[in-house]
Amino acid sequence: MRLSGLQKEVLALYRQCLRECRKKPQDTRAHFEKFVRAEFSRNITIEKRDFAAIEFLLRKGHRQLDVYSSPGIKDIR
Amino acid sequence: MAALRSSSRILSSSSRAAFRPSAVFARSMATVSETEQQPRIKSFQIYRWNPDTPTEKPRLQTYSIDLNKTGPMILDALIKIKNEQDPSLTFRRSCREGICGSCAMNINGQNTLACLCRIPAESSSDVKIYPLPHTYVVKDLVPDLTHFYKQYKSIEPYLQRDTPAEDGKEYRQSKADRKKLDGLYECILCACCSTSCPSYWWNSEEYLGPAILLQSYRWLVDSRDERTAARKSKLENSMSLYRCHTILNCTRTCPKGLNPGKAIAEIKKQMALGA
Repeated sequence: MRLSGLQKEVLALYRQCLRECRKKPQDTRAHFEKFVRAEFSRNITIEKRDFAAIEFLLRKGHRQLDVYSSPGIKDIR
Repeated sequence: MAALRSSSRILSSSSRAAFRPSAVFARSMATVSETEQQPRIKSFQIYRWNPDTPTEKPRLQTYSIDLNKTGPMILDALIKIKNEQDPSLTFRRSCREGICGSCAMNINGQNTLACLCRIPAESSSDVKIYPLPHTYVVKDLVPDLTHFYKQYKSIEPYLQRDTPAEDGKEYRQSKADRKKLDGLYECILCACCSTSCPSYWWNSEEYLGPAILLQSYRWLVDSRDERTAARKSKLENSMSLYRCHTILNCTRTCPKGLNPGKAIAEIKKQMALGA
């Protein structure tokens, strides 16, 4: 299946998020992964053509990634 | 250098100020007798968008309020709507007197501060209020100014010197040198000018925009600053400064009556003359 640019961006963000999880402490890593998957699956029903919404969520996702990837954050519930 | 303020605005605002006391007086007299008879209803169409439901399209919501029961400014009306009609309406506000720059928004097609913009009472048409154009919206009338502040940070807006003060206490400045800062230091970074600039709309990633360039010039002409050459060399590229095509929307829209267009022209002049 050929993916659109936007779809690739979403997948790239998802990968990036999961990669950031690896830098977290061993015992809380699962919490971060669960959080990432929950955040993405929450919006999984969004229509493929709803570009405005997807772009907004991408920006929000990048912002959240910036915040949560700071080494000071050790756990998430 | 005081000419950096656009003179027409100064004239108009001072004449307005001169008439204001009497105008307000007349109005309050009139309202006392009018309140019982004629409610003056005004409709406000306000941009609404909620980030919690991103799939819903942005829309205009209409609110009607009685002008006899509200203050004279748009911000008063917004606060009244938020208090009495719709607490979910979101906007930034703080000082309510045009000194903080929080309530910058697009009112009837013009970027301005809601606290400095009178409700046009004479016209019967609706007031349309949008967030600042070409900004990412956080919610309703709240724009995301992160990039704007990042650009401000990039010009290092603080005094940089290597030599200590002669008397070891403070950095002195002649009256003439201080005068150069008039019309520059008043800027409150409300982002009205930058978001009204078409060049900035299309090149906001690299072009600094009028507000930031005005600040840049403020530090270039500061007689106490010793990094003028470094500051200039940072602007020496096709994007940061030279995307200004003197459209002058910035000067037209500035709610403080400043003239970013002139400041940018002065930077260009300095760079061209190598002065």
